[in-house]
Amino acid sequence: MTRHIRNAALFCALLLVALLVNVARVQVLNAEAYQANPANRRDTIARYQQPRGDILVAGRPVTGSRDTGEHLRHERTYRDGPLYAPVTGFASQEYGTTLLESTEDGLLSGAAPLLAPLPLWNEFTRSRTAGGDVVTTIDPAAQRAAYEGLRSRKGAVAAVEPSTGRILALVSVPSYDPALLSGNGRTAREAWVRLNADPDRPMLNRAVQRTYPPGSTFKVVTAAAALDAGVVGNVDEPTDSPDPYTLPGTTTRLTNGAEGCEDATLREAFVWSCNTVFAKLGVSTGVARMKATAESFGFNDTDVRIPFRVAPSTFDTSVDRAQLALSSIGQYNTRATPLQMAMVAAAVAGGGQVREPYLVERTTRAGGATVSTAGSRPVRRAMHPATATRLRELMRGVVRDGTGRKAAIPGAVVGGKTGTAQHGLGNSGTPYAWFISWAQGGGDMEAEVAVAVVVEDAAANRREISGGGTAAPIARAVMEAVLKP
Amino acid sequence: MSKAGSTLATADPPTREPSPTVRPSGRRGIELTLIVLAVALSVYGYCAVGLARNGTVPPGAAGYGAGLGVLALVAHLAVRWRAPGADPLPLPIGVLLNGLGLVLIYRLDLEAPGEPAAPTQLVWSALGVALFTAIVLVLRDHRVLQRHTNACVTAALVLLTVPILFPAVNGARIWIRIAGFSIQPGEFAKVLLAVFFAAYLAANRSALTYTGRRVRWLHLPTGRVLGPIVAVWLVSVGVLVLERDLGTSLLFFGLFVVLLYVATGRTGWIALGLLLASLGAVAVGRLEPHVHHRIDTWLHPFASIEAGEGPSQLAQSLFAFAEGGILGTGLGRGHSVLIGFAVKSDFILATAGEELGLAGLSAIFLLYGLLVERGYRAGLALRDPFGRLLAVGLASIVALQVFVIAGGVTGLIPLTGMAMPFLAQGGSSVVTNWAIVALLVRLSDSARRQGDQGAVR
Repeated sequence: MTRHIRNAALFCALLLVALLVNVARVQVLNAEAYQANPANRRDTIARYQQPRGDILVAGRPVTGSRDTGEHLRHERTYRDGPLYAPVTGFASQEYGTTLLESTEDGLLSGAAPLLAPLPLWNEFTRSRTAGGDVVTTIDPAAQRAAYEGLRSRKGAVAAVEPSTGRILALVSVPSYDPALLSGNGRTAREAWVRLNADPDRPMLNRAVQRTYPPGSTFKVVTAAAALDAGVVGNVDEPTDSPDPYTLPGTTTRLTNGAEGCEDATLREAFVWSCNTVFAKLGVSTGVARMKATAESFGFNDTDVRIPFRVAPSTFDTSVDRAQLALSSIGQYNTRATPLQMAMVAAAVAGGGQVREPYLVERTTRAGGATVSTAGSRPVRRAMHPATATRLRELMRGVVRDGTGRKAAIPGAVVGGKTGTAQHGLGNSGTPYAWFISWAQGGGDMEAEVAVAVVVEDAAANRREISGGGTAAPIARAVMEAVLKP
Repeated sequence: MSKAGSTLATADPPTREPSPTVRPSGRRGIELTLIVLAVALSVYGYCAVGLARNGTVPPGAAGYGAGLGVLALVAHLAVRWRAPGADPLPLPIGVLLNGLGLVLIYRLDLEAPGEPAAPTQLVWSALGVALFTAIVLVLRDHRVLQRHTNACVTAALVLLTVPILFPAVNGARIWIRIAGFSIQPGEFAKVLLAVFFAAYLAANRSALTYTGRRVRWLHLPTGRVLGPIVAVWLVSVGVLVLERDLGTSLLFFGLFVVLLYVATGRTGWIALGLLLASLGAVAVGRLEPHVHHRIDTWLHPFASIEAGEGPSQLAQSLFAFAEGGILGTGLGRGHSVLIGFAVKSDFILATAGEELGLAGLSAIFLLYGLLVERGYRAGLALRDPFGRLLAVGLASIVALQVFVIAGGVTGLIPLTGMAMPFLAQGGSSVVTNWAIVALLVRLSDSARRQGDQGAVR
């Protein structure tokens, strides 16, 4: 019997070994796979266990965290949610994150490895660093001026500082309150469904995620290409252009909204926004040089990040001469984000140089110590400095005595360009009203702000839609807000 | 067996080693030291939970420690008085596992403050220790039990069948509810059946061993002795089908096969037992959707996630173990509560695995292993077949039960509802396990005394 007892004991020992081996398999070998399983809620719980870091505008947080005491403990809150939604995006327990909340998530949630006091420290202690803060470049006065200006309309505003590329304002209207999506309850789900079903698409960040035909504002690019290429030697020489202009190789006749465009000088054509002159100028400059200039402004760049992705602005280069003529006046396949058009204005104001736009000035730890700074951004030459000087004059003329007079600011130097872009099937859609401009304070050495405004449905009355009428006053308000302090 | 086992020799001061005389005080001193350690560890765990959750030592720490300490001390004094030669390990192991179970249940209580289970468990633990004390005091010789075989088996069958009359709880008819208390009579039946099996096999050992035919290496039993075995098999299957309690059924059958093998040494019995078991399992797996579902979940624990129905309990349990890693998250810092239903009972081990890690879990398994080993050692040391079989049977109950439930929640075998001895919430289980430990203490003391007589002769 003793031998059998020993055998039975051996059997029990085998059971023990099987248990130990299996537990090692579950807890060590397969642990990572189990932890990464999307149905495993532990990561999510840990993520919301501590308050999220904040996004700061001019030193003040525009975000916050609320302790709900629930399983997923902290919920995101927003101060002036709709105003800053195109900057912050949302941070939802149910629907993930967007915009800065998304690109800076590691820092805000405290998960970023570089926040750890020592490498692998958090993994070892199973702790999580407190979330850091993101300091943005946004100027709250400019942001609010743009938002108020667009109120009850539909459109977007982007404003940058030409000398640095700092984004001063990023506004999209209609907007939404990202706080509605923060939680995980029924209200969040209802808001999600409602916002997604809204035909006005309030969650679309029109300033960077949507492209519009830039219309006449693109004439700045065409003029720069023509001047750089020497197609036009003197802005006050007649350009030898007909009115109407028959598109090359077709019988389509292009006309103007304004009078006196036949054989106008570049200055007159720019100030009065003559389609015929710029269409012909684009064709004379040629697709290769148009492409080179447009791309040096940032068109066709598919990887612009500020740090979230910006929809690529396009200038179609596989075009015939008729299409090139239309492309040169910002129609056909030419499309731009408001941010891209603000960069166009900034290039003129900045002596022909374009700086990559950016939204994050600096990131800090919870205690305030700096984690990273924006540093100086790469510079691109969009046009010859002499060309920039002449374009500054042309843009000033538009504000002084052309289509953009409503953007004038007493005591400041302001340059601008209006645009009214046709779109839709057979140009049936309500045209987009554009205005791009820059402003330099009376005592300043250089322009302090460049801004682009697009209004999607400026007015019910089609005739009143014009960049100069509806978009220019908004641009002026933004520029004033930047110049004022 | 002329003197004590090897454990005693290592535990004794070397200067006294040559003496064969029993030194009960030495064994009891070790036991007391280990009990103090076990209580201290439990109180430490209790404080760790409070510190992790609220940053303070929980207000009940002193009371909890004192309560557990008094219980352990009472049990220790009973052993010291009536079983001075007993093995010093089973009681401290029981105290430590019971204390740890209370800590884990208290920790899980914090997740849902509405329904505390720890105080009830403490009351049941006290009842368990009372039963332990009573058995050690009253049962002076284990052979007394041999005279009550029929009473044992009758009581066991009654306890097994009673729950069928009560409504099913969560698909299983294994509870009876009286005056607000839930009792699982099947738990008590385990000990009674072990006594019956041991007595029956001790009496019929020769008949089972030496009759029947030999077919190659298989030794087949005759029809006369086959009857009781078929009866046990039928009872097991009946429990499974009528009460839907796969775990208990498996345990009874395993226990019987082990004891049969130990009693007769016939591998044929094991072959027959496995054949019957697999027949029963296949039939029930086919017929019972409840059991069939368990097997599916075991084979594909994450199927419900892929089907978009959310994680199954087994998947949540595996997540909890995985989160624990090697060192665990620390007591009070895990999220095993995501398992949901039965997290304090069947799935209590997942909390241990997540918060104590592979290290803590291995320690717990080794404690059970040690308890089983002490039971087998008593079985080896005893002289009478009944005592040997009883010791082996009781130890095997613990071993099989730990394997079935621990293997179930870690995905080693299909999950069957069963209580982790001492750790899991459940009064009947705690009381039963204290009875098992009491019997092991008594048997080890008997073994010592039988050994002494041998030495004197």
